[in-house]
Amino acid sequence: MSGEVQAGAVLGGLAEEQQLDGGPRRAGGRRGARPRRIGLGDWLLPAYAVIALVFLLIPIVYTFVFSFNDSIKSNISWRGFTFDKWLNVCNVEGGAVCEAFGNSIVIGLVSTLIATTLGTMIAIAIVRYRFRARSAISLLLFLPMATPEVVLGAGLAAQFLAVGVPKDMLTIILAHTMFCISFVVVTVKARVASLDPALEEAGRDLYGSPSQVFWRVTFPLLTPGILAAALLSFALSFDDFIITNFNSGSVSTFPKYVYISASRGIPAEANVIASAVFLFAIVLVIAAQVSRAARAKRLAKLG
Amino acid sequence: MAFAAFATTEAQPQAPRRRSRIALFLLLPGIAYLILFFLAPLVSLLLTSLQQPNEFGDIGVYDYGFNWQNYVDVVSVYWEHIVRSFGYALVATVLALAFSYPLAYFIGVTARRWPLLQGLMLVLVIAPFFISFLLRTLAWKQILSDESFIITSLKALSLLAPDAHFTGTPFAVIFGLTYNFIPFMTLPLYTTLERLDLRYLEAGSDLYASPFTVFRKVTVPLSMPGIVAGTLLTFIPAAGDYINASRDFLGGPDTQMMGNVIEANFLVTLNYPAAAALSIILMAAILVIVGVYVKRSGTEDLL
Repeated sequence: MSGEVQAGAVLGGLAEEQQLDGGPRRAGGRRGARPRRIGLGDWLLPAYAVIALVFLLIPIVYTFVFSFNDSIKSNISWRGFTFDKWLNVCNVEGGAVCEAFGNSIVIGLVSTLIATTLGTMIAIAIVRYRFRARSAISLLLFLPMATPEVVLGAGLAAQFLAVGVPKDMLTIILAHTMFCISFVVVTVKARVASLDPALEEAGRDLYGSPSQVFWRVTFPLLTPGILAAALLSFALSFDDFIITNFNSGSVSTFPKYVYISASRGIPAEANVIASAVFLFAIVLVIAAQVSRAARAKRLAKLG
Repeated sequence: MAFAAFATTEAQPQAPRRRSRIALFLLLPGIAYLILFFLAPLVSLLLTSLQQPNEFGDIGVYDYGFNWQNYVDVVSVYWEHIVRSFGYALVATVLALAFSYPLAYFIGVTARRWPLLQGLMLVLVIAPFFISFLLRTLAWKQILSDESFIITSLKALSLLAPDAHFTGTPFAVIFGLTYNFIPFMTLPLYTTLERLDLRYLEAGSDLYASPFTVFRKVTVPLSMPGIVAGTLLTFIPAAGDYINASRDFLGGPDTQMMGNVIEANFLVTLNYPAAAALSIILMAAILVIVGVYVKRSGTEDLL
């Protein structure tokens, strides 16, 4: 998944935005409504937005629809509707799709765990402590996000080659962890910065030991940010193709499976897995959005 | 956004206060990880790019050296790919900006009064992230293939020459790059436009500026941080991408980009020095372009 690394910044920014979102910032916009004539211009922009959003969704709908295609080998032309592919996902090619999918999940979970831990530690240090070489460290955290994936992938592969490390699942995990750390730092940092230090002080005043204060006060307050970072990093890892392709050897992941089978035709089962992942993710995100809107409404009522 | 996030640390009100061994403990593992798996690979990429073929002539075996000739060779062989990469990425970035700006404006400004609608539209913008990058690119390939409904009807209407193709052309590659990176453009634009204070626009029209002048002199300058972040988030991954340009996806033999030749040299012909030299050229060019662009657009504080 090429640009997905940079996409992370976007998703990270979104998570960040959710946390910092209060009411007051919107105030400027509310009073901006002023009496105007209703003309062509007022319809142009909404109409454009609808068309643009529909355009963005076309390939998703296509992938979803073709997961129900009664295809035989390659899933190119429509042959009829069936639920078979959903019910027998793992039966094709001796379960190659499912094996690749399982690998992707394992790699995603392990690299998310490592990257979230290391990234959260860095984020806390950057906001809360003074240390030397701050700008060098900021640069070191920024650069992986500004480096094209093909360079990251080729670089790691060159290093593994020079050191003589065979490529397998471990090298994929090492690679994914590397590009996830920066995105975790960016996401968690926003949360740490918005944390009121007085809460931790209160904990210390009440004779909490440093570790008690961290686990009972700081960590619970950081949890939304850490969760957002973990989700982001899992999404990045799960959909990464370019870096994986350079460092995977013979191990298959879901994107790699799709890439390799692209030349000979992709089975509908791949569409099934992609659609299922999509539905799962979209339900998660919509639920988060709805609860956020509900919370904003509640707060607005209180204020 | 990611780019902005790094700038804010220094100026934060709760500036870093303490210096302690805890900071070292928090930073060390993550920073060490990045040095080991991000910086060191870049160094080994540089060393690899200067290697010379093994004197016994084994394929894929190289000795360390100082073979500058590699760079001259790759530039003379692959200059077309280099030009193509940056050309395609530039066109795709401009198209994505043109596509995204009105959409982001609608979500961020017009839809301000309806937070739930805003949230749902944002979900639709990032929805493509939740379906595999490779599958959505393949979906476009099939939607726009020669036998597809769209292309055959365009041909029937004589809007397209009977023997014309879409997939495999530069247009298809640029189309794919644009589509795949639109969310990276829309989200940063949205983030700045959402904060746009509409009173400035009113002031502009109160001073008898035409709507177009207000847009050019007020809206655009105020949304500059979003434009810069969005164009970078689109341009960098687009320049290094090789999925869209790949023959199995939207590209053809004449649309190969730098990423394709890096992959082919590294993973297929095992010509590591050439792949490494190309990667270094790509990385250096991007760093120079980003540096100049950020300086020129007057948004240094983004980095």
